[in-house]
Amino acid sequence: MHELGVVFYVIKDVANVAVENKVSTVNSVTLEIGEVSGIVHDYLIDCWNWARKKEPCVENAELKIETIDAVTFCENCEKNYPTVAYGKICPHCGSDKTYLVTGNEFMIKEIAVPED
Amino acid sequence: MNRCDILDVKKTILEDNDADANLLRENLRNKRTFYMNVMSSPGAGKTTTILATIKALSSKYKVGVLQADIDSDVDALTILNAGFPCIQLHTGGMCHLDADMSRQAIKRLYEVSSEEHYDVIILENVGNLVCPAEFDTGASMDVVILSVPEGDDKPLKYPLVFEKSEAVIINKIDALPVFDFDMVKVHEGVRMRNQTSKVFPVSALNGDGMDAWYEFLMTKVEAWQNG
Ligand SMILES: Nc1nc2c(ncn2[C@@H]2O[C@H](COP(=O)(O)OP(=O)(O)OP(=O)(O)O)[C@@H](O)[C@H]2O)c(=O)[nH]1
Ligand SMILES: [Mg+2]
Ligand SMILES: [Zn+2]
Repeated sequence: MHELGVVFYVIKDVANVAVENKVSTVNSVTLEIGEVSGIVHDYLIDCWNWARKKEPCVENAELKIETIDAVTFCENCEKNYPTVAYGKICPHCGSDKTYLVTGNEFMIKEIAVPED
Repeated sequence: MNRCDILDVKKTILEDNDADANLLRENLRNKRTFYMNVMSSPGAGKTTTILATIKALSSKYKVGVLQADIDSDVDALTILNAGFPCIQLHTGGMCHLDADMSRQAIKRLYEVSSEEHYDVIILENVGNLVCPAEFDTGASMDVVILSVPEGDDKPLKYPLVFEKSEAVIINKIDALPVFDFDMVKVHEGVRMRNQTSKVFPVSALNGDGMDAWYEFLMTKVEAWQNG
């Protein structure tokens, strides 16, 4: 439920990148978000559409979200498995000595700006 | 559609806040100010616990309070009426506080109280077990309060806040007889999330168990100030 807070960080970062690259407007922003990062995509987009109006350079920018699959590694049998389906317990061997390899990401991947 | 250029960014979104929080923590350490971030669900007893705690610390330390609230100022008034310096921060709908908001609030606390130095500054974060945990406030120590009526399963349901908290206060133990709250289970849950955190069963209302908490906190403040 911290989507709104997060959107302000994204906007600040994007505005900085825009300044560094001497562009005044951004067409779209692409985020990479892990499947188990706890972010609700629809809600994030609603927050974006509300907040972007406050920052001229992203006023018309579309927010795109790419999902990164959550994968957990089992230290006991040294295999990977999909986190969302099985949680903390390894489906191969039943061990709980497991850790998340990917799925927690929360990154700005790229932004698209008008070609000059 | 217009043609466009792609600029690679590849940047983790909370990276800036994490760096900023570390900077604030270092500044506060140099100033020998211990900054404590208190998190809990709404109504778990943050204000009651903080009020009792500042009363206990005030003979030894100069203490101030930051109250984060989405919109009201009742908690700040409670602290001010008890005679302690306090400022109210409105988060404007945001569910958490970050390092920069902390810094500004601390600055304002100094301005309004015209105090030279605080030994301890306590932040009452927004009542919520999810969002505040995601944002580093720059605190010297994070504390979570879980109250008996909320149930003993909370460490399982809200892992992050229990992972990052050095102290877990189990509040409202005076209400244990009327709830099916299992003290053993809650300890097990806390341990799963953090192997070293300290658990303090207390009643902030009648004072039971609070002495152990004050003692722990004073040890932490002393260690922070000495080094
Ligand atoms: N029985 C009992 N009630 C308590 C205890 N501590 C706090 N309360 C009561 O619980 C209610 C909420 O306490 P607060 O201290 O305002 O809780 P809070 O976490 O600051 O609440 P918000 O700021 O609204 O999130 C009040 O009515 C307190 O009197 C306790 O140890 N035992
Ligand atoms: Mg309160
Ligand atoms: Zn396995």
